[in-house]
Amino acid sequence: MIFKLSEEQELLRKTVRDFAESEIAPRAAEMDEKEEYDLSLWNKMAEMGLTGIPYPEEYDGAEMDNISYAIAVEELSRVCGSSGVLVSAHTSLCAWPIYAFGTEEQKKKYLAPLSSGEKIGAMGLTEPSAGSDAGALKMTAVRDGDEYVLNGAKIFITNAYFAEIYVVFASTDRGKGHRGISAFIVEKGTPGFTFGKKEHKLGIRASATYELVYENCRIPAENLLGEEGQGFKIVMMTLDGGRIGIAAQALGIAQGAYEQALNYSKVREQFGKPISANQGMQWMLADMATQIEAARLLVYQAAYLKDAKQPYSKQSAMAKLFASETAMSVTTKAVQIFGGYGYTREYPVERMMRDAKITEIYEGTSEIQRMVIAANILK
Amino acid sequence: MNIVVCMKQTFDTEAKIAIDSNGRINRQGVSLIMNPYDEFAVEEALRIKEKLGGEVTVVTVGGQETQDALRQALAMGADRAVLVDPGLEETDEFTTATILAKAISGLKYDIILGGFRAIDDGSSQVTGRVAEILGLPVVNMVVKLEFADGKAVATSEIEGGSQVIEVALPAVFTAQKGLNEPRYPSMKGIMQAKKKPMEKKGLGDLGLDAAQVAPKVKVISYFLPSARAAGRIVPGEPADAARDLANALREEAKVI
Repeated sequence: MIFKLSEEQELLRKTVRDFAESEIAPRAAEMDEKEEYDLSLWNKMAEMGLTGIPYPEEYDGAEMDNISYAIAVEELSRVCGSSGVLVSAHTSLCAWPIYAFGTEEQKKKYLAPLSSGEKIGAMGLTEPSAGSDAGALKMTAVRDGDEYVLNGAKIFITNAYFAEIYVVFASTDRGKGHRGISAFIVEKGTPGFTFGKKEHKLGIRASATYELVYENCRIPAENLLGEEGQGFKIVMMTLDGGRIGIAAQALGIAQGAYEQALNYSKVREQFGKPISANQGMQWMLADMATQIEAARLLVYQAAYLKDAKQPYSKQSAMAKLFASETAMSVTTKAVQIFGGYGYTREYPVERMMRDAKITEIYEGTSEIQRMVIAANILK
Repeated sequence: MNIVVCMKQTFDTEAKIAIDSNGRINRQGVSLIMNPYDEFAVEEALRIKEKLGGEVTVVTVGGQETQDALRQALAMGADRAVLVDPGLEETDEFTTATILAKAISGLKYDIILGGFRAIDDGSSQVTGRVAEILGLPVVNMVVKLEFADGKAVATSEIEGGSQVIEVALPAVFTAQKGLNEPRYPSMKGIMQAKKKPMEKKGLGDLGLDAAQVAPKVKVISYFLPSARAAGRIVPGEPADAARDLANALREEAKVI
């Protein structure tokens, strides 16, 4: 086993870290406060090629591996969790199913502008009564000549409104349960496709979360992704990969909070010495560092397996579960180390602790991850 | 336009400098970066190339670890890199400039760029020495650079203002902050960098030997600056405080 990143991966980390620290970090608190993402940052990320890292050059991607992608999401999230999920949802949830299941025409038309960053992508799966239970979707798609007619609504959709390309899941045959689900590509601006309310959230507040509403929305039949009834498989495979992105986001949030706490503990003095001289602080910091290191190895391992085209469902669930619980635990400790200051918005650990919580919930709650892991080890 | 950029790898600006038990600067565990002023030079070279065509070659003198900084320059868009590893314990500005000049003399160039200083030793000597050895004019601390009819028009910072200098090519320019905003390497650039040529040379490959480049300056010892004493706040009502401050400046600091 070789625990060493390649020269390209190291240079990518350094590049994304430089960019995140100089361009994103100074804006992160303000974007969180205003609940608004500054899209000029997206344009800069697009210019650097951060919007299509793991996709082939012929579709305007950077053709790098999934470890590189995970490192990029980690480094963005280290300073701003909202930036991490913006890239992660775009890359893993929208571009990936098109890359994996799309026709040549669909890849040219949709994957290329997603990879180049010309357009932002989102995925619509969750409904009020169907979150973890993806088979219970109520949204329908009815074939009518050369078109499908979509009716229904999606909630909690990350990147919605800003995104111009949506991969959405609807039932083409209600009688068949999850075998009746199909995936579709829907463009923003299609008549009958509108946005419902914007969510006001605990964390990742700069990330846009909206409802999607479909009322007799007609899309060309050629926008069916994969085959009719293949939707459930597409969802499950997409989420397996998406979990690597969210695990990387959680890892980055944890790393950022840990570094803040470590530095603060060395300069904050009480009783005439830095608080890091106290064993209570030292043990907390040691635990944080250890958890992060373990999370990082799990995340990179899952990405490595994906690159090696080996099964990675169990490892990506483990990475997501462990990294998100690490993020929550590390950010909570970081706030503790900052004491009263940590509870204020003067320091970023307050934001990081709020941002961490969602990583235990979206793209499969921790409980769902345990179900996935259990299903893998008990089969 | 063929452009050569002299580049140095330095400590990160946030690196903590420490002296080891042998009285030398401890390099262990310090993260290394491309000297920020050289980054301006690389960026300017790329902009000139994008406008006028040509090739950008980045040259450095250093150990194998210097490849990281060269690879960054290649990822930004430079075409080729040359690393001369002299394998010497001690070097000075004379050593580095002599090696650089020799390496550059074997290349095609119209323009040579470098940072006006390195952020580690801050000597501001190397690029100027290279120009001297190659018998080329040099314009220092350039904040704007334009080309027309085989000539360059450079705006350079001088004390209290700036001057505009017209110079025939080939010529050497040293970059000052303000010349440009360096780009971040793109992901595609990072992937392409590994396919670009990076020549590694030793002194012998350049026809030099250790004696010819032996440093003229010998470092006797390194020491850290003494810690800055805490400031003093003069308390009291404004009038009293001002009087006490004036007294202290006169009697204790003896500056007025």
